[in-house]
Amino acid sequence: MATEITNVAPPMPACWRKETKTHKFCPGCGHGIVLKALGEAIDELGIQADVIFTVDIGCCLLAVDFFNFDTVQTHHGRTNAVACGVKRATPEKICIAYMGDGGGYAIGSQHLLNAAARNEKITSILVNNTNYGMTGGQMAPTTLPGQKTETSPYGRSVEQQGEPTHGPEMLSAMLPEGAYVARGTVAKPKQLKKFFVNALKAQMNRSGFSFVEALSTCPTNWSTNAKKTWEFLEKDMTDVFPVQEFKTPQEGGKE
Amino acid sequence: MATKPIEKDNHVFVTGNEVVAWAALAAEAKIMYGYPITPQNEIMHYWTRLAPKFDRNFLQTEDELSAGFTTCGGVLTGTRAFTATAGPGTILMQEPLTMAEMMRIPLVVAVQQRGGPSTATVIYSQQEVTMCCYGGNGEGFRVVYSTSSHQDLFDYTIKAFNTAWKYRFPTIVLGDGYQAKMREAVTMYDPASRGIVMEDTEQFIGSPGLCGTDREPKFHKNTFNTEEELLEIVNSIKADYDAVKDEIVEYECGDVDDAEIIVIAHGVVSRAIKEAVKILRKEGVKVGYFRPITLRPFPGKALKEIVEGKKGMLVVESALGQMKRFVTDELYGCTVPITEYFKPGKGVSSDEVVMQVKTMMK
Repeated sequence: MATEITNVAPPMPACWRKETKTHKFCPGCGHGIVLKALGEAIDELGIQADVIFTVDIGCCLLAVDFFNFDTVQTHHGRTNAVACGVKRATPEKICIAYMGDGGGYAIGSQHLLNAAARNEKITSILVNNTNYGMTGGQMAPTTLPGQKTETSPYGRSVEQQGEPTHGPEMLSAMLPEGAYVARGTVAKPKQLKKFFVNALKAQMNRSGFSFVEALSTCPTNWSTNAKKTWEFLEKDMTDVFPVQEFKTPQEGGKE
Repeated sequence: MATKPIEKDNHVFVTGNEVVAWAALAAEAKIMYGYPITPQNEIMHYWTRLAPKFDRNFLQTEDELSAGFTTCGGVLTGTRAFTATAGPGTILMQEPLTMAEMMRIPLVVAVQQRGGPSTATVIYSQQEVTMCCYGGNGEGFRVVYSTSSHQDLFDYTIKAFNTAWKYRFPTIVLGDGYQAKMREAVTMYDPASRGIVMEDTEQFIGSPGLCGTDREPKFHKNTFNTEEELLEIVNSIKADYDAVKDEIVEYECGDVDDAEIIVIAHGVVSRAIKEAVKILRKEGVKVGYFRPITLRPFPGKALKEIVEGKKGMLVVESALGQMKRFVTDELYGCTVPITEYFKPGKGVSSDEVVMQVKTMMK
């Protein structure tokens, strides 16, 4: 009976590229859930043919052949810039920039901030797993106070390294009405999908810049088992990073 | 709205930066992405004034990294796009340039060189040659046109778009602060009036159709897992570059046949050596000049033939031998002695070159 079960393809979003599944992320990684929620949002909006996907360097680069739309791997931190360039040249396209916390909040923070400052009509998605995954688990701007990483082996010291970066809070403070900002989590994929739908709608309506941070998991670098992984996501991370919509262009407001 | 920015030949007396903006318009560039840095600012100033009149666009970015990468994004959509920079900006531009080399993105960059190292000056200089030709972590798969006059700036800005889109190598139009800010007579023209056909652009992303149903998606990568995979790709880029090198390479020379001494310079400095050769020839001195127009690929074969059997070469640069390294590399085995006249970040006059040649003749 087991063989029969493995022959049944799991339900996948229509815009996923089946030929490149199963995906290349580590076991337990949250990227797959983020990309599933994104795929479902794109399916629901029926915009697959219009999407240009740009992916950062880091674990995100593994998504270069993930979907059935044209995809460009950029350089570390430069994905928002490339997406802005694409959007300015072809405003009719739906431009999605996909990056990690290092790419968006550290090496590419000027591009994220200035894309937001210009209110670029792109959708920027940042996966927050509190560390640099691809390079082997160094401290990221989002590493929690006290969290041990390869470059904070005794735990992140707030005194030495500051508080974790709160991207959505920062961006929502600077963005004008019409923009969309939210923080979702892979623990709530349906809500995350809803946030992606709302973000993409802001781009489709050209109402403003849209940004979704997705809290995600990295058991490989956290050195956690399944239970500890989920606890860290659901408790430790969510305590520091509130999951909610921060800015919505729609009337009636937040979820 | 006017369709063509330049209909009839336009004889004007303008700055080099204005020339670049007009040339990009004439070359049907649709969008410029840029970040302020002296001495290239007026390229953006003129572009932003002219662009809306011809349905063109502009984006001022947060830095040169962004200027380069937004340009890459625009180009990938099949849009003729460009940026311009200088000095420390050219340093940041190396990152997008390497992505363009790896992913074969027809990126066009106008570089008005500054003095260096560091922030230094914004006037006369040829100190960005190494960086423009071989900057970044790679092998210099680029084309670099070194311009000497405003007419060159106009001609080669147009040509840069065609070179980039035809061969898919990032292409740099090289000038300097002196050329950028100086006024000079130039004839601006509609490329079609000279029989120049603008190369078709190609949509590397975003062509019509639903991916996976109507067509296959395009995945543009720049990371590779194995040594073998990378070697194969770098070798294939090299093979493509080598195959078109001879088509791209350009130089000019004068009075070389009976010359005993060949003076070599590029860009704005070549104006001084040409004038010096004219003066010296009137005095009966057997001297000629060689000016590489493409610094990358470098016209080594032609230079080798010209200097063979001569008494000496004089290499003149507003840098400490950045071009001379290309000369010695290409002329390996040649025993003609080289005299250097290097003034990093400083102007060179014809009188100085005349004196240098006379000293060599003694």
